[in-house]
Amino acid sequence: MKYVIIGNSAAAVGCVEGIRKYDSDGEILLVSKEPYATYSRPLISYYLAGQVDARHMGYRPASFYKTHRVTTLLGSEAVGLDTKDKSVRLSDGRTVAYDKLLIATGGVPFVPPIEGSDAEGVMTFTTWDDAKRLKRLVPRLKKVVILGGGLIGIKAMEGLQAHGTDITVVELMDRILGLVLDKTATSFLERKLKEEGVHLVKETTIKKIHKDNAGRAVGVTLENGRELATDQVIIAIGVRPNIGLVKDSPVETNRGIVVDYFMRTSEADVYAAGDVAEADDILHHEPRVIPILPNAYKQGKVAGSSMTGNEIEYPGGMVMNSVEVGGIPAISAGIMNPPDDEGYEVKRLIDRKNGVYRKMVIRDNRLVGFILIGAIDRAGIYTGLIREGVNISPFKNHLTDLDFGVICFPKDLRTYKISNVYM
Amino acid sequence: MKRVYAKEEICAGCRLCEVWCVVAHSKSGDIVKAFNSEFPRPLPRVMVEEAGPFSFALQCRHCMEPPCIEACMTGAMFRDGAEGPVLHDPEQCVGCWMCVMVCPYGAIARDVTIKKIASKCDLCQGEEEPSCVAHCPNEALVFEDRG
Amino acid sequence: MRFSYALPEFLVERDLERCIRCKVCVRQCAFEAHCYDEETDTVSVDSSKCVGCLRCVTMCPTSALIVRQNPTSFKENASWTGRAIKDIFKQAETGGVLLTGMGNDRPYPIYWDHILLNASQVTNPSIDPLREPMELKTYLGSKPDRLDIKKENGKLTLKTRLAPQLELRMPVMFSALSYGAISLNASKALASAAKEFGTYCNTGEGGLHRDLFQYADRTIVQCASGRFGVYRDYLQAGAAIEIKIGQGAKPGIGGHLPGEKVSEEVSKTRMIPVGTDALSPAPHHDIYSIEDLRQLIYALKEATRYEKPVSVKIAAVHNAAAIASGMVRAGADIIALDGLRGSTGAAPTRIRNNVGIPIELAIASVDRRLREEGIRQRASLVAAGGFRNSADVVKAIALGADAVYIGTSALVAMGCHVCQICYTGKCNWGIATQDPYLEKRLNPEIAKERLLNLLRAWEHEIKEMLGGMGINAIESLRGNRLHLRGVGLSDTDLDILGILPAGR
Ligand SMILES: Cc1cc2nc3c(=O)[nH]c(=O)nc-3n(C[C@H](O)[C@H](O)[C@H](O)COP(=O)(O)OP(=O)(O)OC[C@H]3O[C@@H](n4cnc5c(N)ncnc54)[C@H](O)[C@@H]3O)c2cc1C
Ligand code: SF4
Ligand code: SF4
Repeated sequence: MKYVIIGNSAAAVGCVEGIRKYDSDGEILLVSKEPYATYSRPLISYYLAGQVDARHMGYRPASFYKTHRVTTLLGSEAVGLDTKDKSVRLSDGRTVAYDKLLIATGGVPFVPPIEGSDAEGVMTFTTWDDAKRLKRLVPRLKKVVILGGGLIGIKAMEGLQAHGTDITVVELMDRILGLVLDKTATSFLERKLKEEGVHLVKETTIKKIHKDNAGRAVGVTLENGRELATDQVIIAIGVRPNIGLVKDSPVETNRGIVVDYFMRTSEADVYAAGDVAEADDILHHEPRVIPILPNAYKQGKVAGSSMTGNEIEYPGGMVMNSVEVGGIPAISAGIMNPPDDEGYEVKRLIDRKNGVYRKMVIRDNRLVGFILIGAIDRAGIYTGLIREGVNISPFKNHLTDLDFGVICFPKDLRTYKISNVYM
Repeated sequence: MKRVYAKEEICAGCRLCEVWCVVAHSKSGDIVKAFNSEFPRPLPRVMVEEAGPFSFALQCRHCMEPPCIEACMTGAMFRDGAEGPVLHDPEQCVGCWMCVMVCPYGAIARDVTIKKIASKCDLCQGEEEPSCVAHCPNEALVFEDRG
Repeated sequence: MRFSYALPEFLVERDLERCIRCKVCVRQCAFEAHCYDEETDTVSVDSSKCVGCLRCVTMCPTSALIVRQNPTSFKENASWTGRAIKDIFKQAETGGVLLTGMGNDRPYPIYWDHILLNASQVTNPSIDPLREPMELKTYLGSKPDRLDIKKENGKLTLKTRLAPQLELRMPVMFSALSYGAISLNASKALASAAKEFGTYCNTGEGGLHRDLFQYADRTIVQCASGRFGVYRDYLQAGAAIEIKIGQGAKPGIGGHLPGEKVSEEVSKTRMIPVGTDALSPAPHHDIYSIEDLRQLIYALKEATRYEKPVSVKIAAVHNAAAIASGMVRAGADIIALDGLRGSTGAAPTRIRNNVGIPIELAIASVDRRLREEGIRQRASLVAAGGFRNSADVVKAIALGADAVYIGTSALVAMGCHVCQICYTGKCNWGIATQDPYLEKRLNPEIAKERLLNLLRAWEHEIKEMLGGMGINAIESLRGNRLHLRGVGLSDTDLDILGILPAGR
């Protein structure tokens, strides 16, 4: 059996571990565009900030490929897929044949058509190379404009803050982290960012990037007419599934590659996992692209198991994030901003003095989302309640309590919980 | 594998398990030093949950399919062998709290004493019996293999 | 009255260098004597709240605590002792009857400590119980006056119908400790230990909780003046039935379980409303004479088809011997005598400390009276009230008892520290409480093991003592007062006890 994996990040690693759980003999070939051994993508902002050095960027120990008997082709890009022939074409012209193929090519940053975006000094921030480049530049940067106050924009901001750079974040919504937090939650974080001297410009976007004679970005004009001087523009308005490889193949795509519960694509022996795939979202009961690491790893692992013939169902994913802004920890998951009129119930605890905010979103006596600011400990209990669809009515009124815990569950449930092992 | 299980019916809520967990993970292993002179003092990796008259001690369940490992973005959280306990490498950990976000038992604490690191039960590696179990005055914690 | 004159009975001292501020003491003291101050990160203590149960001292992981008698003393006065003054203060402040728990703690003579056992030397060799069989098995119940044995076709058959008997592996049983006075965990421990060891426990007037029916064949079920929890299944489940007339700790008065202890489960078991005081009347309202007692005894025997022995328990009082004689004639199969030092979950202090007679004297006089009247074999004699060790047991048997009940010893084995606050329901050891927070502190498995260990240890010791006397069966010791000698006793005491002074 020959397994071929395109990609070398969370989903790919999950796949290797999934395969090896059942098949210790099959040949595994891993092809990746980036020249590095698997590294942690979310760590690039820590790397930029100098909090993590190159030695600790690894997502797995250096021995990983050896202990899992994986052959690697690092620095090779896959450019074509022939599902009839069961082979993948590489950028250097070689082709590799597969018995089972995983596409784990992740996401690519989205760059909108902005006048002047081809200027030098305009970049995205999703790879270690991006972080390395930015880190080299940073001593010379005085003013940086980040387009996008979402997760990646905020991460880039954090990485730069460590260097004392003057930062302006331009955000189209009325708040930062708009997709993962609500207005109240962000107000806690935005106040802190202001204190730390970060400029936030909201409800607008960049209309034009100005270049100097050498073609370098020197300033931007915003949609609202404001002008900002800058030496670097970072575009961080999101990632799109990286589906270029399958564009000309029969593999079915929607926003991402369409997969079933076993991570099988429309084509036999071709699997997809991670940010490139569109898999079940347990809260919306439909396939969605949820580009977060836990889902990527889990999907990879499910794919790996399936590829060996051990079909373990993907339990489905949901949006969840853990971020820390200006030292304030925040965790959220599921549906955080429910529509007003669709039978959702919301429980809140707001304690501005102690910097605590807790919000629970409930639908049909099931927890479907939460936001925790400041007091985030034991957040996973909520995630678990969402995932398991537990009827929370017996302890609904305790959900936002600071000491909410397993003890608040009804006796039967908690006894079951503490005397059994998860999954 | 052997895991720690609590017996709620007879947990006295004294929290001596927490105390002895701290001692077991302290530098000196001496209870008075661990609390009164050593720095940093480890966090207890077992937590006693209490509500009214009820209480029990809870620590990492060492899940079969650990969500914390799946969510850990640095590889700091790992399983020791195929059947071993779920362990944590503080050196690799950056304190992103992804694991805190997903642990369905809330068994991971945030240690921010020096640098941000996750803190969780390691079943007292190398000891015959975890310290919490060994010191529970009411035998409300047992260390056994229930599959 | 906000200000009390009563000085703290104890002084709690904390070694600050050893205190790690883990707050175990704070959490474990139901009297809230310890308190943690977050601001200063210190644990402090209010000694006046300490009852001397030593829970904190035992639990403190660094041994940082000492509890001792408050050294502050009142001006010395042989009549007006500190205790006398404090009692007056308490009553002047509350206007109430003083309450207490456990047995009499006043310095009345403990005759056991003035009675010595014999041992064989030269003429009658002693026996090594590790090498030779030693029988401690004891049967309780009425024995026939004579045995009719018939020989038919060369085969011997017993013609006499024997009365029902309880079979004990050793002549020690757990006395009546009612569920309600003690926690369900404590009851479970006692019942399961009795069953596993092969002796009996006694429900007291608390009824039989449904979880305890599994041990019923090793349980003596009580029928007291309040008739709490008494119904058909209860009577039929027990191994024997005991009519409780009186209790050594509070002769002449009824029982009182405060409403706070009447939890949901206690209520179900006793068949009374939750939260109401369980007051059992001083007398049984249907017993005003020996004849009345006989009616109840036979009513119970009828109800259980004469399959179970019926015991009658009285407090040891001045005319115990005459009453016992009447009880035997009324049909009691077992007579239980509860002495002056008998324990309780709650009793008025004055009653506990001043009413009744020591169990040693009661055994001797009852045994003698029944012998004199030729009816001793018709009932077994069980003694209770302050048996602290196996030597006390051996002495009681030699004085004439068939078996003993132990209460306090059993509680102490489980963790009781005899602080005497059982009546508050706040037992920090989880024994004499119904508070769900405190109750869990007693692990019934551990408690059972401790009880079993105690019984096994006593069993060994009793065998050793018997062996020393050259006796290989407890039967041969029963009423064998020649094996006893008194020291430091008056002629009258010796006369009542029916023993010779040491040296004679
Ligand atoms: C700055 C930043 C911070 C983040 N922080 C978090 C966070 O805190 N929490 C969280 O849950 N998620 C976070 N994420 C998202 C997380 O990193 C992704 O969800 C996760 O990395 C997805 O893994 P993946 O394996 O699907 O793909 P990717 O990580 O995108 O990896 C794709 C892999 O495919 C390779 N590849 C791509 N195209 C080809 C090709 N044609 N041929 C060969 N190889 C190819 C790449 O080299 C790479 O190895 C963050 C992302 C970024 C950018
Ligand atoms: S830390 Fe939590 S998620 Fe991880 S193995 Fe332990 S119980 Fe499971
Ligand atoms: S806090 Fe540490 S162990 Fe937990 S997910 Fe993050 S890096 Fe992994």
